Amino acid sequence: MSGGALFLAVFLACVVEAVEALTIVLAAGTGRDWRSAITGVVSGLVVLAVVVAVLGPALTLIPLGILRLVVGGLLLIFGLQWLRKAIMRASGLKALHDEDAIFATELAAAQAAPAGRRGVVADWYSFTLSFKGVVLEGLEVAFIAVTFGANQQNIPLAAVAALAAVLVVAAAGIAVRAPLARVPENTLKFIVGIMLTSFGIFWGAEGAGAVWPGADAALLVVIPAVALFALALVALLRRLAAQPTAATVNPQAAS
Amino acid sequence: MNRVSAIFAFWYDFIVGDDWRVAVGVIVGLVATYGVSTTAVPAWWVLPAAVVLLLPLSLWRVARGRAKADRPG
Repeated sequence: MSGGALFLAVFLACVVEAVEALTIVLAAGTGRDWRSAITGVVSGLVVLAVVVAVLGPALTLIPLGILRLVVGGLLLIFGLQWLRKAIMRASGLKALHDEDAIFATELAAAQAAPAGRRGVVADWYSFTLSFKGVVLEGLEVAFIAVTFGANQQNIPLAAVAALAAVLVVAAAGIAVRAPLARVPENTLKFIVGIMLTSFGIFWGAEGAGAVWPGADAALLVVIPAVALFALALVALLRRLAAQPTAATVNPQAAS
Repeated sequence: MNRVSAIFAFWYDFIVGDDWRVAVGVIVGLVATYGVSTTAVPAWWVLPAAVVLLLPLSLWRVARGRAKADRPG
């Protein structure tokens, strides 16, 4: 796999999670206290940096075959979760991710919560809300960055991709000062799900002893094949959803 | 003990998600790939085949659950 694909996969995954984290931080800052919210963000980023700094070098010590088996399997489980949810959203089985609605809910909860100071943190609620938002959303990205980077033996590039995505989203958030609702989040999640699933299939099979026809070039077939399969499932589920149920056609049949 | 179970629940949700059958199916697929790779038959097709089975099955369970929930009465 080229460095470009590694960069793209990590960058897109990180953009999606960073947009979600930004919504939570904006709610904490707007509804409560900006200083505490930003302290929470910085603390969360430090925790994620430590996770990457510890986990990254540790993973590179594992023999490549075992690493690909374990990481490929985990990425495939992870990717199928992302892809399943993305297909459900695209076909109408699950509500689309709406940053404006999430922001309104988080803001109302933040404004209703009681105030409280702990140590140097002026507003504990803002701090913990931002901290949890950054750590929980960032953990998936840290996992993706570390596993992709370790498999390609290029963790620095994965870290740069993640950092670039955080900076882009943070800059956009500062400029707009509102949730980034216009980012095509659902489409990005679909693409990330396809990439995680494809690389999970590729590395998992390699780690388990399979030999791909064409070696790395097989990815050029696997990725489009997974994409086409996912799109076909969306089309099929949409068609099924559009069909009237027996109860609708003949109400007496349901009674 | 509550904290331990909360940590376990977090990692379970983080890695396995809301359909454990997918995780089990992937592990079975990896074991099958290894098994086939020890023979003269190419093994690269096993995991793609597993995905072709697992993803629609998982979606079908969700769709069926929704259809049952929507059914009147």
